[in-house]
Amino acid sequence: MVAFLHALSAWAIPMFIVLIPLYAAFRKVPVYETFVDGAKDGFSTAVSIIPHLVGMLTAISMFRASGAMDMLVAAVKPLFERLGIPGDVLPLGLLRPITGAGSLAFATDLIKAHGPDSFIGRIASTIQGSTDTTLYVLTVYFGAIGIRNARYALKVGLFSDAVGFFAAVFACWLLF
Amino acid sequence: MVNWIWLGMIVFSVVFAAATGRVDQVTEAAFSGAQTGVTVCFGLISILVFWMGLMRIAEVSGLVRKLSRLLAPIVRWLFPDVPKDHPALGFILSNMSANLLGLGNAATPMGIRAMQELQKLNPDPGTATPAMCTLLALNTASITIVPTTLIAIRMNFGSAHPADIIAPTLLATAISTGAAILADRWYRRRAGRPPASLPHAPAGTGAMPFKGG
Repeated sequence: MVAFLHALSAWAIPMFIVLIPLYAAFRKVPVYETFVDGAKDGFSTAVSIIPHLVGMLTAISMFRASGAMDMLVAAVKPLFERLGIPGDVLPLGLLRPITGAGSLAFATDLIKAHGPDSFIGRIASTIQGSTDTTLYVLTVYFGAIGIRNARYALKVGLFSDAVGFFAAVFACWLLF
Repeated sequence: MVNWIWLGMIVFSVVFAAATGRVDQVTEAAFSGAQTGVTVCFGLISILVFWMGLMRIAEVSGLVRKLSRLLAPIVRWLFPDVPKDHPALGFILSNMSANLLGLGNAATPMGIRAMQELQKLNPDPGTATPAMCTLLALNTASITIVPTTLIAIRMNFGSAHPADIIAPTLLATAISTGAAILADRWYRRRAGRPPASLPHAPAGTGAMPFKGG
Protein backbone atom coordinates (compact mmCIF):
# COMPACT_ATOMS: atom_id res chain seq x y z
CA MET A 1 0.00 0.00 0.00
CA VAL A 2 2.75 2.42 1.00
CA ALA A 3 4.75 1.41 -2.09
CA PHE A 4 1.66 2.06 -4.20
CA LEU A 5 1.20 5.51 -2.65
CA HIS A 6 4.84 6.36 -3.21
CA ALA A 7 4.57 5.25 -6.84
CA LEU A 8 1.40 7.31 -7.18
CA SER A 9 3.04 10.52 -5.96
CA ALA A 10 6.19 9.90 -8.01
CA TRP A 11 4.29 9.20 -11.25
CA ALA A 12 1.40 11.66 -11.03
CA ILE A 13 3.27 14.70 -12.41
CA PRO A 14 5.10 12.94 -15.28
CA MET A 15 1.77 11.35 -16.24
CA PHE A 16 0.10 14.77 -16.38
CA ILE A 17 2.96 16.13 -18.49
CA VAL A 18 2.87 13.25 -21.00
CA LEU A 19 -0.81 12.37 -21.24
CA ILE A 20 -2.29 15.86 -21.64
CA PRO A 21 -0.26 16.87 -24.76
CA LEU A 22 -0.57 13.34 -26.14
CA TYR A 23 -4.36 13.41 -25.88
CA ALA A 24 -4.45 16.93 -27.39
CA ALA A 25 -2.24 15.91 -30.32
CA PHE A 26 -4.59 12.99 -30.90
CA ARG A 27 -7.44 15.51 -31.05
CA LYS A 28 -5.39 17.55 -33.63
CA VAL A 29 -4.63 20.47 -31.28
CA PRO A 30 -1.38 22.39 -32.12
CA VAL A 31 0.17 21.47 -28.74
CA TYR A 32 3.23 23.73 -28.60
CA GLU A 33 1.47 26.89 -29.77
CA THR A 34 -1.39 26.22 -27.35
CA PHE A 35 1.12 25.70 -24.53
CA VAL A 36 2.88 29.01 -25.20
CA ASP A 37 -0.44 30.80 -25.50
CA GLY A 38 -1.61 29.55 -22.10
CA ALA A 39 1.80 29.97 -20.47
CA LYS A 40 1.73 33.73 -21.17
CA ASP A 41 -1.04 34.09 -18.59
CA GLY A 42 1.15 32.43 -15.95
CA PHE A 43 3.55 35.35 -15.80
CA SER A 44 0.93 38.05 -15.37
CA THR A 45 -0.86 35.91 -12.77
CA ALA A 46 2.33 35.50 -10.72
CA VAL A 47 3.08 39.22 -10.93
CA SER A 48 -0.46 40.17 -9.92
CA ILE A 49 0.00 38.19 -6.68
CA ILE A 50 3.08 40.19 -5.56
CA PRO A 51 1.27 43.10 -3.82
CA HIS A 52 -0.97 40.72 -1.88
CA LEU A 53 1.86 38.50 -0.71
CA VAL A 54 4.17 41.40 0.18
CA GLY A 55 1.44 42.97 2.31
CA MET A 56 0.68 39.78 4.19
CA LEU A 57 4.25 38.61 4.75
CA THR A 58 5.31 42.02 6.04
CA ALA A 59 2.65 41.94 8.76
CA ILE A 60 3.42 38.32 9.74
CA SER A 61 7.14 38.94 9.86
CA MET A 62 6.65 42.01 12.10
CA PHE A 63 4.30 40.06 14.37
CA ARG A 64 6.91 37.36 14.90
CA ALA A 65 9.85 39.74 15.37
CA SER A 66 8.03 41.85 17.96
CA GLY A 67 7.75 38.85 20.28
CA ALA A 68 3.95 39.03 20.21
CA MET A 69 3.75 35.47 18.86
CA ASP A 70 5.80 34.14 21.81
CA MET A 71 3.53 35.91 24.26
CA LEU A 72 0.43 34.46 22.62
CA VAL A 73 1.89 30.95 22.94
CA ALA A 74 2.85 31.42 26.60
CA ALA A 75 -0.69 32.59 27.39
CA VAL A 76 -2.49 29.53 25.98
CA LYS A 77 0.08 26.83 26.84
CA PRO A 78 -1.19 25.80 30.34
CA LEU A 79 -4.72 25.23 29.01
CA PHE A 80 -3.46 22.95 26.25
CA GLU A 81 -1.33 20.86 28.60
CA ARG A 82 -4.44 20.22 30.68
CA LEU A 83 -6.23 18.85 27.58
CA GLY A 84 -3.40 16.37 27.01
CA ILE A 85 -2.01 18.24 23.99
CA PRO A 86 1.76 18.83 24.17
CA GLY A 87 2.25 22.59 24.57
CA ASP A 88 5.16 22.53 22.12
CA VAL A 89 2.86 21.95 19.13
CA LEU A 90 0.69 25.00 19.88
CA PRO A 91 2.82 27.56 17.98
CA LEU A 92 2.59 25.23 14.98
CA GLY A 93 -1.20 25.27 15.20
CA LEU A 94 -1.17 29.07 15.33
CA LEU A 95 1.39 29.46 12.54
CA ARG A 96 -0.15 26.90 10.19
CA PRO A 97 -3.07 29.02 8.89
CA ILE A 98 -0.87 32.12 8.59
CA THR A 99 2.41 31.06 6.98
CA GLY A 100 3.30 27.86 5.14
CA ALA A 101 7.05 28.45 5.12
CA GLY A 102 7.04 29.56 8.76
CA SER A 103 5.07 26.56 9.98
CA LEU A 104 7.14 24.16 7.87
CA ALA A 105 10.26 25.58 9.53
CA PHE A 106 8.63 25.14 12.94
CA ALA A 107 7.51 21.56 12.19
CA THR A 108 11.00 20.66 10.98
CA ASP A 109 12.41 22.10 14.19
CA LEU A 110 10.03 19.99 16.34
CA ILE A 111 10.86 16.82 14.38
CA LYS A 112 14.55 17.51 14.81
CA ALA A 113 14.31 18.27 18.54
CA HIS A 114 11.96 15.45 19.61
CA GLY A 115 12.67 12.84 16.90
CA PRO A 116 10.45 11.94 13.93
CA ASP A 117 8.93 8.90 15.67
CA SER A 118 8.11 10.66 18.95
CA PHE A 119 4.51 11.64 19.76
CA ILE A 120 5.30 15.33 19.26
CA GLY A 121 7.17 14.58 16.01
CA ARG A 122 4.21 12.65 14.63
CA ILE A 123 1.67 15.28 15.65
CA ALA A 124 3.85 17.98 14.07
CA SER A 125 4.11 15.97 10.82
CA THR A 126 0.37 15.36 10.72
CA ILE A 127 -0.58 19.00 11.39
CA GLN A 128 1.87 20.32 8.81
CA GLY A 129 0.87 17.73 6.22
CA SER A 130 -2.85 17.96 6.64
CA THR A 131 -4.01 21.53 6.12
CA ASP A 132 -3.03 24.23 3.68
CA THR A 133 -2.09 27.77 4.66
CA THR A 134 -5.51 29.43 4.78
CA LEU A 135 -4.26 33.01 4.58
CA TYR A 136 -1.92 32.15 1.69
CA VAL A 137 -4.60 30.30 -0.27
CA LEU A 138 -7.05 33.14 0.30
CA THR A 139 -4.49 35.78 -0.70
CA VAL A 140 -3.30 33.97 -3.81
CA TYR A 141 -6.64 32.71 -5.14
CA PHE A 142 -8.69 35.83 -4.48
CA GLY A 143 -5.74 38.14 -5.27
CA ALA A 144 -5.34 36.58 -8.70
CA ILE A 145 -8.88 37.55 -9.72
CA GLY A 146 -9.13 40.82 -7.79
CA ILE A 147 -11.66 39.85 -5.12
CA ARG A 148 -11.63 42.40 -2.31
CA ASN A 149 -14.64 41.25 -0.31
CA ALA A 150 -13.96 37.64 0.75
CA ARG A 151 -17.25 37.41 2.69
CA TYR A 152 -17.23 34.38 5.05
CA ALA A 153 -14.36 32.50 3.33
CA LEU A 154 -11.74 33.35 5.99
CA LYS A 155 -14.00 32.28 8.85
CA VAL A 156 -14.67 28.92 7.20
CA GLY A 157 -10.93 28.43 6.52
CA LEU A 158 -9.86 29.25 10.08
CA PHE A 159 -12.62 27.06 11.52
CA SER A 160 -11.49 24.07 9.45
CA ASP A 161 -7.88 24.73 10.50
CA ALA A 162 -8.90 24.60 14.17
CA VAL A 163 -10.82 21.38 13.57
CA GLY A 164 -7.85 20.00 11.62
CA PHE A 165 -5.46 20.77 14.47
CA PHE A 166 -7.50 18.85 17.04
CA ALA A 167 -8.23 16.09 14.51
CA ALA A 168 -4.47 15.67 13.93
CA VAL A 169 -3.80 15.33 17.66
CA PHE A 170 -6.73 12.93 17.99
CA ALA A 171 -5.61 10.82 14.98
CA CYS A 172 -2.08 10.45 16.40
CA TRP A 173 -3.46 9.63 19.83
CA LEU A 174 -5.73 6.98 18.25
CA LEU A 175 -3.22 5.38 15.87
CA PHE A 176 0.04 5.41 17.86
CA MET B 1 -12.09 40.51 8.34
CA VAL B 2 -8.76 40.36 6.47
CA ASN B 3 -8.52 44.13 6.85
CA TRP B 4 -8.76 43.87 10.64
CA ILE B 5 -6.31 40.98 10.97
CA TRP B 6 -3.76 42.80 8.84
CA LEU B 7 -4.12 46.11 10.64
CA GLY B 8 -4.22 44.35 14.02
CA MET B 9 -0.98 42.46 13.40
CA ILE B 10 0.87 45.59 12.32
CA VAL B 11 -0.41 47.86 15.10
CA PHE B 12 0.04 45.21 17.79
CA SER B 13 3.56 44.40 16.56
CA VAL B 14 4.71 48.01 16.77
CA VAL B 15 3.08 48.62 20.16
CA PHE B 16 4.54 45.36 21.50
CA ALA B 17 7.96 46.16 20.05
CA ALA B 18 7.90 49.58 21.72
CA ALA B 19 7.14 47.91 25.06
CA THR B 20 9.84 45.24 24.76
CA GLY B 21 12.49 47.37 23.04
CA ARG B 22 12.53 45.37 19.81
CA VAL B 23 11.81 48.27 17.48
CA ASP B 24 14.93 47.62 15.39
CA GLN B 25 14.07 43.96 14.85
CA VAL B 26 10.50 44.84 13.83
CA THR B 27 11.71 47.42 11.31
CA GLU B 28 14.08 44.89 9.83
CA ALA B 29 11.34 42.24 9.81
CA ALA B 30 9.00 44.54 7.86
CA PHE B 31 11.49 44.82 5.00
CA SER B 32 12.60 41.19 5.08
CA GLY B 33 8.92 40.13 5.03
CA ALA B 34 8.30 42.28 1.96
CA GLN B 35 11.36 40.78 0.31
CA THR B 36 10.13 37.24 1.05
CA GLY B 37 6.83 38.13 -0.60
CA VAL B 38 8.57 39.06 -3.84
CA THR B 39 10.91 36.06 -3.69
CA VAL B 40 8.00 33.65 -3.21
CA CYS B 41 6.16 35.20 -6.18
CA PHE B 42 9.24 34.90 -8.38
CA GLY B 43 9.45 31.25 -7.38
CA LEU B 44 5.82 30.88 -8.42
CA ILE B 45 6.43 32.29 -11.93
CA SER B 46 8.12 29.17 -13.34
CA ILE B 47 5.50 26.81 -11.93
CA LEU B 48 2.55 28.99 -12.94
CA VAL B 49 3.86 29.58 -16.47
CA PHE B 50 4.48 25.89 -17.03
CA TRP B 51 1.25 24.55 -15.53
CA MET B 52 -0.94 27.21 -17.10
CA GLY B 53 0.52 26.32 -20.49
CA LEU B 54 -0.20 22.67 -19.87
CA MET B 55 -3.67 23.45 -18.56
CA ARG B 56 -4.43 25.45 -21.72
CA ILE B 57 -3.66 22.32 -23.75
CA ALA B 58 -5.98 20.32 -21.50
CA GLU B 59 -8.66 22.96 -21.92
CA VAL B 60 -8.42 23.34 -25.72
CA SER B 61 -8.33 19.58 -26.30
CA GLY B 62 -11.58 19.15 -24.38
CA LEU B 63 -9.92 17.04 -21.69
CA VAL B 64 -10.99 19.31 -18.85
CA ARG B 65 -14.62 19.20 -19.99
CA LYS B 66 -14.48 15.43 -20.26
CA LEU B 67 -13.09 15.06 -16.74
CA SER B 68 -15.73 17.35 -15.30
CA ARG B 69 -18.53 15.32 -16.90
CA LEU B 70 -17.07 12.15 -15.38
CA LEU B 71 -16.97 13.39 -11.79
CA ALA B 72 -19.89 15.76 -12.11
CA PRO B 73 -22.20 14.39 -9.36
CA ILE B 74 -19.88 15.25 -6.42
CA VAL B 75 -18.96 18.64 -7.77
CA ARG B 76 -22.55 19.43 -8.72
CA TRP B 77 -23.54 18.83 -5.12
CA LEU B 78 -20.71 21.05 -3.86
CA PHE B 79 -21.21 23.78 -6.47
CA PRO B 80 -24.94 23.94 -7.17
CA ASP B 81 -24.82 27.38 -8.85
CA VAL B 82 -22.18 26.59 -11.50
CA PRO B 83 -23.85 25.57 -14.80
CA LYS B 84 -23.35 22.01 -16.06
CA ASP B 85 -20.47 21.68 -18.58
CA HIS B 86 -18.98 25.03 -17.51
CA PRO B 87 -15.14 24.95 -17.82
CA ALA B 88 -14.81 25.98 -14.14
CA LEU B 89 -15.97 22.52 -13.06
CA GLY B 90 -13.10 20.82 -14.89
CA PHE B 91 -10.50 23.05 -13.25
CA ILE B 92 -12.10 22.56 -9.85
CA LEU B 93 -11.77 18.80 -10.36
CA SER B 94 -8.12 18.97 -11.45
CA ASN B 95 -7.45 21.19 -8.46
CA MET B 96 -9.11 18.70 -6.11
CA SER B 97 -7.26 15.70 -7.52
CA ALA B 98 -3.88 17.48 -7.32
CA ASN B 99 -4.55 18.35 -3.66
CA LEU B 100 -5.47 14.74 -3.00
CA LEU B 101 -2.07 13.60 -4.27
CA GLY B 102 -0.22 16.21 -2.23
CA LEU B 103 0.80 18.08 -5.39
CA GLY B 104 0.44 21.55 -3.89
CA ASN B 105 2.44 23.16 -6.70
CA ALA B 106 0.17 21.70 -9.36
CA ALA B 107 -3.00 22.45 -7.42
CA THR B 108 -2.43 26.21 -7.18
CA PRO B 109 -2.45 27.08 -10.93
CA MET B 110 -5.51 24.88 -11.50
CA GLY B 111 -7.25 26.51 -8.55
CA ILE B 112 -6.47 29.95 -9.95
CA ARG B 113 -7.82 28.93 -13.38
CA ALA B 114 -10.97 27.67 -11.67
CA MET B 115 -11.30 31.01 -9.83
CA GLN B 116 -10.87 32.91 -13.12
CA GLU B 117 -13.67 30.86 -14.67
CA LEU B 118 -15.89 31.40 -11.62
CA GLN B 119 -15.16 35.12 -11.88
CA LYS B 120 -16.81 35.10 -15.32
CA LEU B 121 -20.05 34.00 -13.60
CA ASN B 122 -19.69 36.67 -10.93
CA PRO B 123 -22.12 39.58 -11.24
CA ASP B 124 -20.02 41.69 -8.83
CA PRO B 125 -16.28 41.20 -9.61
CA GLY B 126 -15.07 42.66 -6.29
CA THR B 127 -17.06 40.28 -4.09
CA ALA B 128 -16.59 36.52 -3.73
CA THR B 129 -19.45 34.29 -4.88
CA PRO B 130 -20.61 31.31 -2.78
CA ALA B 131 -18.93 28.97 -5.30
CA MET B 132 -15.59 30.75 -4.79
CA CYS B 133 -15.93 30.43 -1.03
CA THR B 134 -16.61 26.69 -1.38
CA LEU B 135 -13.56 26.21 -3.61
CA LEU B 136 -11.45 28.10 -1.11
CA ALA B 137 -12.79 26.01 1.79
CA LEU B 138 -11.88 22.81 -0.07
CA ASN B 139 -8.38 24.12 -0.69
CA THR B 140 -7.66 25.30 2.84
CA ALA B 141 -8.78 21.97 4.29
CA SER B 142 -7.67 19.78 1.33
CA ILE B 143 -7.94 16.01 1.84
CA THR B 144 -4.40 14.66 1.48
CA ILE B 145 -3.35 11.08 0.72
CA VAL B 146 0.38 11.68 0.28
CA PRO B 147 1.97 14.40 2.44
CA THR B 148 5.11 14.28 0.26
CA THR B 149 7.19 17.03 1.89
CA LEU B 150 6.70 15.76 5.43
CA ILE B 151 7.59 12.19 4.50
CA ALA B 152 10.83 13.53 3.01
CA ILE B 153 11.63 15.54 6.15
CA ARG B 154 10.96 12.53 8.39
CA MET B 155 13.35 10.45 6.27
CA ASN B 156 16.03 13.12 6.70
CA PHE B 157 15.81 12.84 10.47
CA GLY B 158 16.12 9.04 10.44
CA SER B 159 12.53 7.96 11.05
CA ALA B 160 12.04 4.18 11.24
CA HIS B 161 8.69 4.48 9.42
CA PRO B 162 8.53 7.82 7.56
CA ALA B 163 5.26 6.94 5.79
CA ASP B 164 3.56 6.24 9.14
CA ILE B 165 1.87 9.62 9.04
CA ILE B 166 -0.20 8.80 5.93
CA ALA B 167 -2.99 7.22 7.98
CA PRO B 168 -3.34 10.01 10.60
CA THR B 169 -3.02 12.65 7.87
CA LEU B 170 -5.81 11.04 5.85
CA LEU B 171 -8.00 10.79 8.95
CA ALA B 172 -7.30 14.37 10.07
CA THR B 173 -7.87 15.85 6.60
CA ALA B 174 -11.11 13.88 6.14
CA ILE B 175 -12.40 15.36 9.40
CA SER B 176 -11.24 18.92 8.61
CA THR B 177 -12.63 18.79 5.05
CA GLY B 178 -15.97 17.58 6.39
CA ALA B 179 -15.95 20.45 8.87
CA ALA B 180 -15.07 22.94 6.12
CA ILE B 181 -17.91 21.76 3.88
CA LEU B 182 -20.41 21.90 6.74
CA ALA B 183 -19.28 25.39 7.82
CA ASP B 184 -19.38 26.60 4.21
CA ARG B 185 -22.91 25.24 3.78
CA TRP B 186 -24.01 26.86 7.02
CA TYR B 187 -22.65 30.30 6.09
CA ARG B 188 -23.96 29.98 2.54
CA ARG B 189 -27.45 29.27 3.81
CA ARG B 190 -27.24 32.05 6.39
CA ALA B 191 -25.98 34.58 3.84
CA GLY B 192 -28.85 33.62 1.57
CA ARG B 193 -28.59 34.46 -2.09
CA PRO B 194 -25.69 36.77 -2.99
CA PRO B 195 -26.83 40.42 -2.91
CA ALA B 196 -25.91 40.86 -6.59
CA SER B 197 -28.58 38.41 -7.71
CA LEU B 198 -31.38 40.46 -6.17
CA PRO B 199 -33.31 42.27 -8.88
CA HIS B 200 -32.87 45.89 -7.78
CA ALA B 201 -30.05 46.20 -5.22
CA PRO B 202 -26.57 46.89 -6.68
CA ALA B 203 -24.25 44.50 -4.84
CA GLY B 204 -21.70 45.28 -2.16
CA THR B 205 -22.64 48.92 -1.72
CA GLY B 206 -23.90 48.96 1.83
CA ALA B 207 -24.09 52.74 1.77
CA MET B 208 -26.60 52.80 -1.09
CA PRO B 209 -29.92 54.21 0.06
CA PHE B 210 -32.72 51.73 -0.41
CA LYS B 211 -34.85 52.46 -3.42
CA GLY B 212 -38.44 51.34 -3.09
CA GLY B 213 -40.49 49.82 -5.84
